[in-house]
Amino acid sequence: MKGVVATFDRDNIDTDQIIPTEYLKSIKKFGFGDFLFDGWRYLDEGRLDMSADDRSKNTDFILNQQPYDSSQILLTRDNFGCGSSREHAVWALRDFGFKAVVASSFGDIFYNNCFKNSVLPIKLEKDEINQLFLLATPSPISIEIDLIAKELKVDEEISMQFEVKDSLLQRIIHNLDDVDITLKDAALIKAYEQSRQKDRPWLFNYSNPGIKK
Amino acid sequence: MSVTLYDKLWNEHLVKTEDSNESLVYIDRHYLHEVTSPQAFEGLRHKKLSPWRLDANIATPDHNVPTNRGSSFNAESIADEVAKIQVLELDKNCNNFGIDQFDITSKEQGIVHVMGPELGYTMPGMTIVCGDSHTSTHGAFGCLAMGIGTSEVEHVLATQCLKITKLKNMQVNFDGQPQNGVTSKDIVLHLIKLIGTAGGTGHAIEFSGSYIAAASMEARMTICNMAIEAGAKVGLTAVDSTTIDYVKQHCNLSGEILNQAEAYWSSLRSDDEAKFDKTISIDVTKIKPQVTWGTSPEMTIDFDEIIPSESDVEEEKKENLMLAKSYMGLEQAKTLQDLTFDRIFIGSCTNSRIEDLRDAAFAVDGKKIANNIIEAIVVPGSGMVKEQAEAEGLDKIFENAGFLWRDPGCSMCLGMNPDKLKPYERCASTSNRNFEGRQGNLGRTHLMSPLMAALTAVNGKISDPS
Repeated sequence: MKGVVATFDRDNIDTDQIIPTEYLKSIKKFGFGDFLFDGWRYLDEGRLDMSADDRSKNTDFILNQQPYDSSQILLTRDNFGCGSSREHAVWALRDFGFKAVVASSFGDIFYNNCFKNSVLPIKLEKDEINQLFLLATPSPISIEIDLIAKELKVDEEISMQFEVKDSLLQRIIHNLDDVDITLKDAALIKAYEQSRQKDRPWLFNYSNPGIKK
Repeated sequence: MSVTLYDKLWNEHLVKTEDSNESLVYIDRHYLHEVTSPQAFEGLRHKKLSPWRLDANIATPDHNVPTNRGSSFNAESIADEVAKIQVLELDKNCNNFGIDQFDITSKEQGIVHVMGPELGYTMPGMTIVCGDSHTSTHGAFGCLAMGIGTSEVEHVLATQCLKITKLKNMQVNFDGQPQNGVTSKDIVLHLIKLIGTAGGTGHAIEFSGSYIAAASMEARMTICNMAIEAGAKVGLTAVDSTTIDYVKQHCNLSGEILNQAEAYWSSLRSDDEAKFDKTISIDVTKIKPQVTWGTSPEMTIDFDEIIPSESDVEEEKKENLMLAKSYMGLEQAKTLQDLTFDRIFIGSCTNSRIEDLRDAAFAVDGKKIANNIIEAIVVPGSGMVKEQAEAEGLDKIFENAGFLWRDPGCSMCLGMNPDKLKPYERCASTSNRNFEGRQGNLGRTHLMSPLMAALTAVNGKISDPS
């Protein structure tokens, strides 16, 4: 994996910034790329039925400038993806073309959501992030990411190792689906459920009388 | 071995531990709403699967529903076409798959995190998930409750399990009783200010101490609700007589099965010798009313404190501070009391329960909203809260003061329905997030307690609630 790095020199970029709530009204899983960082990327207020071409763009914003408009790697700082659990944030990054986000830390729910959608979140130490920011500004750079070696490289000269759980990485490498994997354990789940129903019967078939059937 | 409450809940629900440290954990309750479920149901259809266990699921529309519905309103009446499609899609999915729903016409409909506990769907010791980060609210009942993404919503529907990694344990002791005018919202905002929005990342936070022991279930829910704003997707408190009394009053269990349940519920607390990875103690008696000034919940100060300037923060925080001050339009203000407000929002899964509405009503009783306030709305968290508030006459107190009394939903907390700020409008809000654009494009949000928001409505600006 190799791509141009777009830099976002801010802490705490929340999922409302990555994709505002307006676009969460979609019932689809794709088509969010035009709305990525909507509040920063455009000067007008958008709607779900608008495309990037219909909008007034903020030309100061990094993703509206070449070569960043085709970036595949996002570099930022602390706590990226904090806030709302909306997976739409990852769908928007993916649909725009981002393959990896490099940061010093991530929101827990966002981090999990990434692996379900082949976007790799890479956690690095703060001094490594500082070093990358110095390299990536003001002129653009490309970063190469080796998933097998868990290594990030700039121009063959600088190399940084990163940690990621193998089981999570496998999902990205082999595009695995969790539901298929878990259903292989269906017998185990059934057995657990039967003993639970015996031990904690009040948790089963509860309904409030007010409910409309 | 002594274990924490989180560890107990984790062990109780473990179906399978895998070599990679990821475990399969059984889910007792799954709440669904219109915004994060359509793609999950589509995934089930695509895989030709049915929900694993229907009775574990309960749905209601809350995020995008209008709040001025009045009588004889139904999903077809929603003016926003895309929002209407989403609510109708939830109806369709619940009907097709056989999932119980409190739909938009039902009197029990409400914000999932308000509706669930008050109908007894949340009971101590459960694992609870929902495609919404404020699912941590249910941790107030001694539950392991957390927000999940849509892929996980599909996974829970299909398998009744989640594949997750165990969190670390953090303990936050709130000791003492608060001063007059200081509420659970001020206490949790104060914590977020102290530890930051990433302070609890990777942890489950157990809230304890003498303040929590004396707190109502509503107050505990407000605190667990905002654990996610401190970075922790799980927040929880031990079960005690306050918990059990609430649950017995709200669930419809009885007889032998209730006795059996109660005996188990009483065991749901951390062992005395349990070890936490991190412990923080906070003296609640010293906390003043809190209000956010910036665009992150950690940008919080005392209501009468000077707004921080560049020289007050470390080098690496300067950029964030400047961006936030400029977005919030604070150039001329020394303290938050210098600001003029445009709108008031009392509602959200953080602060729309009966206790919150009583607090706010108390502050506006016999008064009028200030001239500079364009609109002040009260959005009860559920149909049941609305009914209770009306029985107590709170709706009349609000209306006489000039507030609009609305129907339940998430409303202006996230501005997915027509309740939105216009650009540059300043809002006193009882919600949980002051992110840029959260309540409407370029809108300016100040988070605070229901009491402080109500006072801001009648005074037009932030004032001393004591």
